[in-house]
Amino acid sequence: MSLVELPTTAVPPARRRLAGRGLPLLRGTGLVGHLCAIVLLGALLVAVFGAAIAPHDPDLTNLSFAFVGRFQDHYLGFDSQGRDLLSRLLAGARTSILGPLVVVLLSMLFGTVLAIATAWKGGRFDTIVSAALDVLFAFPAIVLAIIASVVIEPGLKAASLALSVAYTPYIARVLRSAALRERSRDYIAALEVQGLRAWVICVRHLGRNMLPIIVAQGTILFGYAMVDLAAISFLGLGVQPPQADWGVMVATGQSGVLQGYPMESLCAGLCIVVVVIAVNLLGERLSDRSTLVTR
Amino acid sequence: MGESAVPLASGPSDPSGSTGEALLSVRGLTKHFGTNVAVDDVSFDIARGGSLAIVGESGSGKTTIAKMVVGLLAPTSGTITTCGHDRSTPARGAAERRRRGAEVQIVFQDPYSSLDPRQSGASAIDEVLALHRGGSSADRALRVAELGDLVGLDDRQLRALPKALSGGQRQRVAIARALAAEPQLLILDESVAALDVSIQAQVLNLLADVRADTGVSYLLISHDLAVVRQITDDVIVMHRGVVVERGATRDVLDHPQAAYTRLLRASVPTPGWRPRRRSEWTDAPDLSDVSDVSAG
Repeated sequence: MSLVELPTTAVPPARRRLAGRGLPLLRGTGLVGHLCAIVLLGALLVAVFGAAIAPHDPDLTNLSFAFVGRFQDHYLGFDSQGRDLLSRLLAGARTSILGPLVVVLLSMLFGTVLAIATAWKGGRFDTIVSAALDVLFAFPAIVLAIIASVVIEPGLKAASLALSVAYTPYIARVLRSAALRERSRDYIAALEVQGLRAWVICVRHLGRNMLPIIVAQGTILFGYAMVDLAAISFLGLGVQPPQADWGVMVATGQSGVLQGYPMESLCAGLCIVVVVIAVNLLGERLSDRSTLVTR
Repeated sequence: MGESAVPLASGPSDPSGSTGEALLSVRGLTKHFGTNVAVDDVSFDIARGGSLAIVGESGSGKTTIAKMVVGLLAPTSGTITTCGHDRSTPARGAAERRRRGAEVQIVFQDPYSSLDPRQSGASAIDEVLALHRGGSSADRALRVAELGDLVGLDDRQLRALPKALSGGQRQRVAIARALAAEPQLLILDESVAALDVSIQAQVLNLLADVRADTGVSYLLISHDLAVVRQITDDVIVMHRGVVVERGATRDVLDHPQAAYTRLLRASVPTPGWRPRRRSEWTDAPDLSDVSDVSAG
């Protein structure tokens, strides 16, 4: 309580006012947090409407335009097969952003449920589940995704599913310690003594009080998921060409890089980097804020 | 073990003479944590409307007893009965848990962690009312206001989140939440220990008023003899998990029989009191291994 309030009283009034200002959801994340949120909102809009606002057909090939630079309303020029680069970036945003989003939602769901269940039950259940998660830790996400693409079929679905499973132990471990801390607080004991059902306490009180840290963890995870999914697509196991995807574009742009036309790989890579940095900066700020929640 | 040096005022299976029907009856209660015996064969009764204090230093097992009575810890052996219902094994089913909740409630020591930081007092009390008595939300809102009135919280304070309330106000919310279940027995586990002296006095007065108004019984867990004297009729003194003395509060505190009780009383600072080193004690029993690890 006082541990938390002391630093704010030490901050000069001007900064404190700035820190306290902003949208309710982003309060305390500062100017950087808000800028990141704007970038991400833009990226999300592009992901949803990108294919519709693309000036040209992203899949229309014209080999005579291969590697041609800026030309008329083709602002970024063409790729190795003469497709409009800007349109492909806009169209590729969908799989590049919605893929990680699915991964984050799934692994946060698995991780949160496991974390709260193990923290609540404790004892042998906790030991067994934690041991199983430790085994899962041993598999790198990419290896799991390769296995999944062989077992199911190469594509975004298999890759997303594999990443969701691979990330679950990380999330479960971080959230379990948060759940344990919350579980040991007297208000949970008071609710138990009242006779409330365990799942009601878990959802309505325990889970709700963990929400800030769940959101922060999910945001940070999004960055990892995006890079890993792009890497999987780069390896040819995720989104399949010719469908536009930033990871795929980095891969197909390789030949261009060797021939002195790096635009395709560079633009796609830049899109990935900008979104990942924005997500991570915002996630860090949300995470800092969640540890500073006043009791 | 220093037990031989600490004479028992009365046998552990000989509860203090209670009159009327026992509301809470504890028999042969024992709790082991590994090889450590936190509570050893403790028995006591609380009559309807009665009030009992358990006093003892940290590690004497008093909080362990409170946790077993409310069902947060399972006893190693012994029985706990409230209103004729056994509660020494975990509750089976939601209905039984609810019934146990309506029999015994607890107010914890730390008002800073005993309230959900994201829930206002009114909403916390309303949640309990919805569980135990149901009724329309308008009915419950009326009852929330009544309970707020009983513990001295106004509407604005009830609607505030815990972080906007002082320690004393939070403890009032916790008391109102516990009373919302209309329990027969309220356990006060060091409930005023975290409050400063003037607020402590207010809350103690409040507890005395609540008891007069509602007829609720108290089981007070405390190390503070002044608090014990103020709100309880009977007392048991515990040391290292064992009951060393029991009787009417005034008798025990004014004329302590057990050496340990005398030591506890002598440890209370009074005008002219000067702390002494243990090596200077001449009248104390051998308590050199007193610093136990069991939960206090």
